[in-house]
This record gives sequence, C-alpha cells and structure tokens, in this order.
Amino acid sequence: MFTYYFDLALRSLKRNKVLTALMVLAIAVGIGASMTTLTVMHLLSGDPLPGRSGHIYYPQVDATPAGYTKGGPLDMLDYRSAVDLWSARRADRQALIAGSDVKVSAPGSNQPPVMRPMLATTADFFPMFDVPFRYGSSWTTADDAARARVAVISASLNDRLFGGRNSVGRTLHLKDSDVRIVGVLDAWRPSPLFYDVRGGRFAQGQTAGFYGKPEDVFMPFFGALEVNAGNFWQFTCWGKVTTPGRLQNQPCVWVGLWVQLESASRAADYRAFIASYAREQKALGRFAETRVRMMHLMQWLDFNHVVPSDVKLQTWLAFAFLAICLFNTIGLLLAKFLRRGGEIGVRRALGASRRAVFAQCLVEAGVVGLVGGIGGWLLTLAGLWLVRRQPVEYADMAHLDLGMFGVTFALAIAASLLAGVLPALRASRVTPALQLKTL
Amino acid sequence: MQIRPILSTLRHHKLTALLLTLQVAFTCAIVCNVVFMVAQRVQRISVPTGIAEDEVSAIHSTGIEKGENAQARQTADLAALRAVPGVRSAAAVSYSLPLDRSESSSGICPSKQALDRAMQLNTIEGSGCVEPAGYDGTPGLLATLGLHLVAGRDFLPDDYVSEGKPAVAIVTRALAQKMYPGQPALGQSMYDGDHFIRIVGIVDTLLRPAPRKPGLDGDSIIWPQRPEGPGVLYVLRSAPRDRQRVLGAAVAALLKANPNRIINPGQVQTYTEIRRAYFQRDTTMIGLLIASALGLLFVTALGIAGLANFWVQQRRRSIGIRRAIGATRSDILRYFQAENFLIVSAGVLLGTLLAVALNLLLMSHYELLRLPLWYLPVGALALWVLGQLSVLAPALRAAAVPPVVATRSV
Repeated sequence: MFTYYFDLALRSLKRNKVLTALMVLAIAVGIGASMTTLTVMHLLSGDPLPGRSGHIYYPQVDATPAGYTKGGPLDMLDYRSAVDLWSARRADRQALIAGSDVKVSAPGSNQPPVMRPMLATTADFFPMFDVPFRYGSSWTTADDAARARVAVISASLNDRLFGGRNSVGRTLHLKDSDVRIVGVLDAWRPSPLFYDVRGGRFAQGQTAGFYGKPEDVFMPFFGALEVNAGNFWQFTCWGKVTTPGRLQNQPCVWVGLWVQLESASRAADYRAFIASYAREQKALGRFAETRVRMMHLMQWLDFNHVVPSDVKLQTWLAFAFLAICLFNTIGLLLAKFLRRGGEIGVRRALGASRRAVFAQCLVEAGVVGLVGGIGGWLLTLAGLWLVRRQPVEYADMAHLDLGMFGVTFALAIAASLLAGVLPALRASRVTPALQLKTL
Repeated sequence: MQIRPILSTLRHHKLTALLLTLQVAFTCAIVCNVVFMVAQRVQRISVPTGIAEDEVSAIHSTGIEKGENAQARQTADLAALRAVPGVRSAAAVSYSLPLDRSESSSGICPSKQALDRAMQLNTIEGSGCVEPAGYDGTPGLLATLGLHLVAGRDFLPDDYVSEGKPAVAIVTRALAQKMYPGQPALGQSMYDGDHFIRIVGIVDTLLRPAPRKPGLDGDSIIWPQRPEGPGVLYVLRSAPRDRQRVLGAAVAALLKANPNRIINPGQVQTYTEIRRAYFQRDTTMIGLLIASALGLLFVTALGIAGLANFWVQQRRRSIGIRRAIGATRSDILRYFQAENFLIVSAGVLLGTLLAVALNLLLMSHYELLRLPLWYLPVGALALWVLGQLSVLAPALRAAAVPPVVATRSV
C-alpha cells in the first residue's frame, strides 16, 4: 500500500512542479538554517567529559578581605589555599592549574621562538581528564615534588617544532630554561576547554573564548612557576601587585584546583573538608569569610553560561524561520490537496476510507519532507562551511556528525508530516457526492 | 469597491486565510525585532574611539632578553621606528588601545570624602567614585593617537615615571564631567586610596579598551607612565595609504634592532583591522540577522503568491461569470488586491502585538532595549507593500481570465 501511495505522491508532486519546488525549497531552507545552528549548539553545549563529568569537581574557598565580594567566592584560588588543599590529597585525584604565555624554541630546530600558552599543572591532570597521548606519557607525582624540568607538548607544537616525529627525550627551550619532553599529546580538543572556564558571568554572553584549543605546553606546576616566573596571569587581585606575574605572595586569585571524587559520599566528605579548611583559616585570621563552593563540572559550565548568547539567539532565529517555512508549507499543501477534491471524491466514492485518503496525503507530505531534507542537509553542510570560515574559537569543530545527519532527516520529515496533518485531515473530509457532481 | 463579497468568500476559506494571517503576523513580529537588533548592533559598531583611526597602526613586540634594560630597549626601538620613512610619530604603550580588549581599570575618587563614602556604602555606586580604564604610554602618545586636547596641557617630560604612581593624569571629558559635575575639573586632585593625582589635561573622547555599557565607555584616564614588563605595543602614526608599507618596514626595523624578539604576525595590525576584529561577532550577527529577515520576507511573499495563485485557479469560473456580467478587468484586479490587503491587515494587527510580546521576551533573555513604537507602523507598511507585490502577478492573471470561461464547463 505504502509503495502505491508513494507512487501516487510522486505523480501528484510532478503535476505541479512550481508548487512542489516552493514547498521543497521552504522546507530545505528552514531545515538548513535550524540544523546549522543546532549543530553549533550541540557542539557548544555538549559534555566535554562524557561519563566522568559527574565526578569532576571545582572546589572554591574565599581568601578576599571582608566585604570584597558579594555572593560566593571568586572564580579561582589564591596560591596558598590552592596548594594547601592540593597537598592534603583528600580527593581521588587532584590537579592544580595556572596559565601563562611562554617563549618556546627547540634547540636544533630552525623555527624562530614563539610565544605559546603554557599550563602549569600536576601529574593527575592527564589521567583525570583522560588526555590522550601519542608518544610518551605524563610526568609522575615525584616530578611534581621535585619541580622537575620536564614537559608534555601538544600535537600541533610537536608538528611545528619536530615535524610530527617522536620527540620524547628531546629538549625544549622555555624562556631561559631547558626542559625535557616526556610526552606528546594526541589530537585533543575538548569543547568547551572546560578546565579553563571561569569568569563567564562577567562576559556578557561573549563566551566564544571558552572554546579555544588546549595549551601547547604542560609543565609540572611548581617547576613551571620557576621557569616562567613573571608571566603568570591573575584572575583578579584585591590589592596592589608588587611583583606582576610572580603571584605566590600577592593578593590575587590565579590558581585553579580540579578534583575527582568517585562517589557522592566522597564528594560530601570533600565538601566538609574544604568547609573545615575555611573555618580553620578564619580562626588563623587569614580568611575573613568561611564561604565555600564546590560544583561539579557541568554545574560549573552552566554557572559560567558557556554557550555564547549570540549562538542561542541564532538558534531561536533559525527555529522561528523554520516555523514560518512550515506555515508556508501548510498553506501550500492545503491548496494542493483541496484542488484535487475531484480526484479524492472519486477515490472515496470507489470505497477508499477517510483513513486511506489521510494516509495518502501524509505520504505525499512526507515525500516533500524527504526531498526537502536532502536539500536541508546540503544547506546545512554549506552553513557549517560558512561557520568554519568565521574567526571564532570553535570554528574548526563545526562538522556534521552522524547523529546530527540523522537528526536533519528526522526533523525534515517530522516537520513536513506536522505540516501535512491539517491539510490531510481536510482532504479526508471531502464529501464524495458534492465533488462528483462538479466533475 | 465592496468589502462584503470579499469577506463572504474568505469565510469559505477560513483555514487558509487564517494560516496566511498567522504567517504574516509571525513574520511581522520577527522582522520588526530582527531589524531592531540590527539597528542596535550597527549603533554599537559605529561607536567613536576618539583616536585618528585611519592613521594609526600597532605592532606588539615581546621577549626581552635576560638582563636587558627594558627602558633602553624601548628608547632604541622608538628611535628606529621614527626613522622609518612615512612614520609621523611613534609611541609605546604597555598593551592597551581602544577596542583591543586588554583593559586595566582601578577605582578612583574625586576626593578623599568620596572614597570614605564608597567605603561606607561598600560599593562604588552612588559614591562619586568611578572605575576608569587606564592608558599608559611614552611621551608623544597624544600626538600619535591623534587625541584632541580640549583643556589643559599634554604631559611634560618631568611628569613621566617608569615605576610607581604618577602625580598627574589626563582624563576624558566624560570622566571629568562625571567626577566633577558643574565645576571645572582641570587642576582638581583625584584620590586613589593612597595618592592624590592632579588633572593637568582633558581630552575630548577616548573609548575604553573593552566597552561595557554606553554610560561607562567614555571613562578613560591617561597616565604619564612608560610601559614596563616584557611585552610592549608600539603605536605608529602615518598617512592612511602608507600604513601597510610602514608596518612592513617597521617590523623589519624592529627585528634588525633586536633579532631575538618575538613579533606575532597576528599582532601587526592597522587600527582599522583592530576595530574590525573587535566587532567581528557583531558584523557577523548583522549579516545573519539581515539574511534571516530577508529570508523570512521572501518565504512569506512566496506563501502569499502561492495561495493567491491557487485561489485564482480555483475561482476561474466565477471570475469568468463576473466578467461576463459586466465586471471590468480592473474590478477583478482590485478584488484580489483588496482581499490580500484585508488578510495582511489582520496579520499586521496581530503581528504588532506579537512584536511587542517578542521584544519583552527577548529583553528578559538578551541585552535588548525596548522596541521603539515607530518600528511597528514601518513594519506594517513593509508587509502591506510586500503583500501587494506578491499578489500582483496572480491578480493580473485573474484579470486576464476571459468572460467566455463562464460559458464553458471547466
């Protein structure tokens, strides 16, 4: 039956080519616009650590003077609190992070020195975030303690300096020091760059910067503080900074702490631990407030409104566009079906049930949706190509994956069926006698 | 022209007429808001910076060698840059130019009393104190940026410091008026918590590196402070058409003076490029918004034309009869035009209400202002014109139906 309806639908659509083309075009454009924005939304609002993000937490305490901040603690930690919490080792895994730009060159490479972002972190960072290695491996906790001059570099820096060959054991010149490469990362592009997300609530929706690439150089935290002293970035300071970029004893927050806690009870214990730490520091007179905060990764991303407001606006706009296109299709389908009143009247008089006429009309709408879906898919590819040409941080990640490819067709067919319901219902109500009389 | 027959015909096509009305209404609501968003963004990207934008270019240089004297390096670099043919003046700043995002701001008060008030209130709001964006630079900065001094003087060589707080400053007119409303700001002493700073000059306009909202964006202060730290931004002024050549020659001159420095090619820019990069998101959004507004109007026009076409075909026989009993071609034409006008009017009426509702919704989620009411009649007019244009071809076809059709059975 379905194939027969399908055949009928094709014949009917061929009869009025202009009207069919208009409907297909409307669906295709609507689907193209909404799928482009939906793909970008999907890319930007996804879970960067599927399966483990629920166990990753970002603990915060407040070292600012009384009355300095309203609401919770600042987005990063001061050096002493961060190191205290980290050295307590109360979590299953824990990593400190601090960012800076470092001058990088490789002895023996003919590339001129470049400034590259470096992450000062600790050994747990790599297993905790499931970072893939192409060559070598992470450094050890012993290296953290020994302030070892070792480094892990990104695949792109390895390509640039060593032509993509295994560079483990080679020397990298960072600012004025030589460090030994112990690992080279594989392609790794979390979206967003979750561990560096902070300050989103002050960004006024301009948060595309959260989707940048990971750092090119990773070094043991304490070693990095020595190697690149004077270049570290602060999140903010509440007093005069006397040694910019050397922030260990400055009134600044600039260090992040990420911890992995495998169970809810572990998380509750850790919460109690940081709260008791804050009380103890207040008793010592170092803290004025005992406020603490600990969100898990997805809460933290949400708290920072990671999805840029422009992208959300584009998505709304695209769906409004799709809605208008659907209105259009409803109107045109209605016109098309009612015009065939005579034909439908004959079918009904010959014994077709209302249900059969309804099904036939819906199949016709579905065929429009399918063809529109193909057009929409092509337009989505074109739209994503345009997105990739934009100078935004997430541009290189805008590709249509298999799931979204499926969604494109599902959405196109669902939309056209939805548009087809009302006209099909009307067509199935055609009274055979009246139509036959006018023939 | 009689409305009644049109209405009674439309009663037979309630559903289609309703669909068309809704489509027009939604289009009207969305297009009004989209056009308003475009207008707001256009206003945002055309904000004046106060500097001679088409004459300024900038080069970022970093990587001072160990043990090197940063001040001596800068002086030598500036001399090399001034020797580049076409360079009219050059200055070094630590990083900030208007619209280049790296902003350093700190609180400052018109008087000590205002500071006490701010401490008491525990907030800067309402105390008279402000948080202007700070600019620093070597002597000659005002001339290099082309800033317009409206009162007082430029800095004197003795004003400059390399470390610590300077004793004088130049402020923008907006900042001066905000801190000292109704009194001359020139010569006043501002207080930053532990130093008094005298205002020696006032410039017309100087936008912040990272604008936030219109009331605060003009609050800038210039310190007579030479840049310190490993990175420095060299600012050059030249004739507009010389800028590309000057940039190339300047980079070569800097690398000749010290081949070990790092100059990131992405940070060798004319000011026009800096501005374009800052507003990149907005220009993209403007493009997208305009494209979607046009797309919506186009789709709606297609819908109107498609339905009108269908109606004309459906009513061929009755048109023929009307023609046969005396209706002229222009009667038929006007009939379809009037019908379209009625439907679009109903849509527009509903659309203006929806436009206001949508605007309120957007205001609660995005930084959008209230839709000025005059957008509504303009939007309505646009849709009326669109409706008439798209119904014209089908209506002309209807008018061309010969009376003889009445005598034939379909």
